[in-house]
Amino acid sequence: MANVFARIGDWVNERTPGLAPMYRKHMTEYYAPKNFNLWYYFGSLAMLVLVNQIVTGIFLTMNYDPSASGAFDSVQYIMRDVEWGWLIRYMHTTGASLFFVVVFLHMFRGIMYGSFKKPRELVWLLGMLIFLALMAEAFMGYVLPWGNMSFWGAKVIVSLFGTIPKIGPALQEWIMGDFLPADATLNRFFALHVIALPIVLLLLVVLHLAALHEVGSNNPDGVEIKKGPKGNRWDALKPADGIPFHPYYTVKDLVGVGFFLLIAAFIIFFAPTFGGWFLEHDNSIAANNLVTPAQIKPVWYFTAFYAIVRMVPSAFGTAVWGVLGMFGSIALLFALPWIDVGPVKSIRYRGTGYKVALTIFVIAFFCLMALGMDLTDEYFPRIFGAGIDITLWDNVFGRIMTVAYFGFFVFLWLYTHLGWEKTKPVPDRVTTHD
Amino acid sequence: MANEVVDHGRRRFLTSATAVVGGVGIVSAAVPFIKSWEPSARAKAAGAPVTQSLKKIESGQQLIVAWRSLPVFIVNRTPEQLAALPKQDPRLVDPKSDGSSSEQQPKYAQNETRSIKPEWLVMVGICTHLGCVPNYVGEMKPEPFDPNWQGGYYCPCHHSRYDMAGRVYRGVPAPKNMQIPPYHFVDDTTVQIGVGPKEGA
Repeated sequence: MANVFARIGDWVNERTPGLAPMYRKHMTEYYAPKNFNLWYYFGSLAMLVLVNQIVTGIFLTMNYDPSASGAFDSVQYIMRDVEWGWLIRYMHTTGASLFFVVVFLHMFRGIMYGSFKKPRELVWLLGMLIFLALMAEAFMGYVLPWGNMSFWGAKVIVSLFGTIPKIGPALQEWIMGDFLPADATLNRFFALHVIALPIVLLLLVVLHLAALHEVGSNNPDGVEIKKGPKGNRWDALKPADGIPFHPYYTVKDLVGVGFFLLIAAFIIFFAPTFGGWFLEHDNSIAANNLVTPAQIKPVWYFTAFYAIVRMVPSAFGTAVWGVLGMFGSIALLFALPWIDVGPVKSIRYRGTGYKVALTIFVIAFFCLMALGMDLTDEYFPRIFGAGIDITLWDNVFGRIMTVAYFGFFVFLWLYTHLGWEKTKPVPDRVTTHD
Repeated sequence: MANEVVDHGRRRFLTSATAVVGGVGIVSAAVPFIKSWEPSARAKAAGAPVTQSLKKIESGQQLIVAWRSLPVFIVNRTPEQLAALPKQDPRLVDPKSDGSSSEQQPKYAQNETRSIKPEWLVMVGICTHLGCVPNYVGEMKPEPFDPNWQGGYYCPCHHSRYDMAGRVYRGVPAPKNMQIPPYHFVDDTTVQIGVGPKEGA
């Protein structure tokens, strides 16, 4: 029997001689630093969720009807009448939120350990493009169930483009194909969500990994193992501090997968709406163009960026500033490799100023998130008394946090370009080598 | 193989000419695909005027009718609400609707009450910030969002506030007063939305 498999293997290799070397390059002979910690689970978990979204997504399209008259009912049909339809849909909706959880953590890892720095700028840029495509994908997916929150969410997000002076209103009609989100809008969002954006996402993921494997992975110490001593157990010319991705990190990642699936399964079975965070209550009502839900807020993963829209007041007769602020908050992340030019990568050996700034940045991000979810409207009166002017408090709080968010990038630029940073000595090799 | 000398100038010209022609071709081919996203003939056709009787709208009440799929607010404003309008002027972005909001109403509604008849407000109920439908909060009592509330509209999305003539307050995200559609009174108790009065339209 083994002989048969070997002969099939030979047969394939003779015809595609590049296949086996490619496998070796990316798996058994890809030497990753041996000191990866917990933060390094989230890349592989993001891949896992991507596979989950594609598989469950394909099965959802089999029963979903992308028309304004049929979409809402078809989703209810999937939930009630299709065998196991509820599970497939909850896997898809929970997967969407968990996608952002792991991607946010993955991005934070990159910032914290300086994985975006030379020579990995392209890895970072491709990753940011994935993040952008993912946001577009998530937004359009959110519109498809055609609940009232889908409708109004679509209207508000498309209106962001309507604030652009001169071309805005025409652009808005062009995106919607109507004067309001309608059949045409739903149809094109469906096409983009199930075909166009997944293709783009997959391509970007391949490029992200290809770019990474060219330069090699960073690690919690931020040292380049390729510049360290050579020679390990498998290859005399490869980095001494590297271990083969397969089987070492595939096995390690399986542990992460196990824990992750445990958490995901718990949410899917016991809290699929996550208290209105993953699936909003107002989306159980069919789309109605004459009634706005009492509170329009995006799903939790957009709220931090979205809060910035709200915090920037309109000026000179246009509301475009808030929108520019929101896009700017993401554009600055793209530019991070050129904003933070400090030579030391990992937070372990960076100056105190950097650690403080990063902490403030994370706090600001969470506060903006809470603000965008309208949590402040609920908690401010409890903390400061019922008689307070919530709009005023929201604005003061939110504007401080918006300044803190943007301030992180300004500070980093000054801190690293003007040489204010006092770093600690970086070790020559990863700290856990034997 | 007679001529081994490469004419680089000629090669560069041919390369760029091919690239330019190809580029023009790609751009031209993209036009139909981009245009296909514009509102279709069917979507454009659904926009006829709407006629509404005002007989059953009590003083202080609001009725919402759909015109071109947009919510249109029809409000029978109370004398108190009307009396409060001039007092709001210092708190508004454009109280006379002649600045940033000069295009937000037909000429015949560009006045103190932003209407043809003072008591009747006819307005497209779309927030000028990001297109939500603001809530009608007609009562003059302290509200959580404004302790000095004089009646008006409150947008649930981003907390923009408007007075009883749809004029936007300062310090909120919305930049302009809400839009007044073209409309006219067919008779004393009937309004038609979508068509202005004879002399104005």
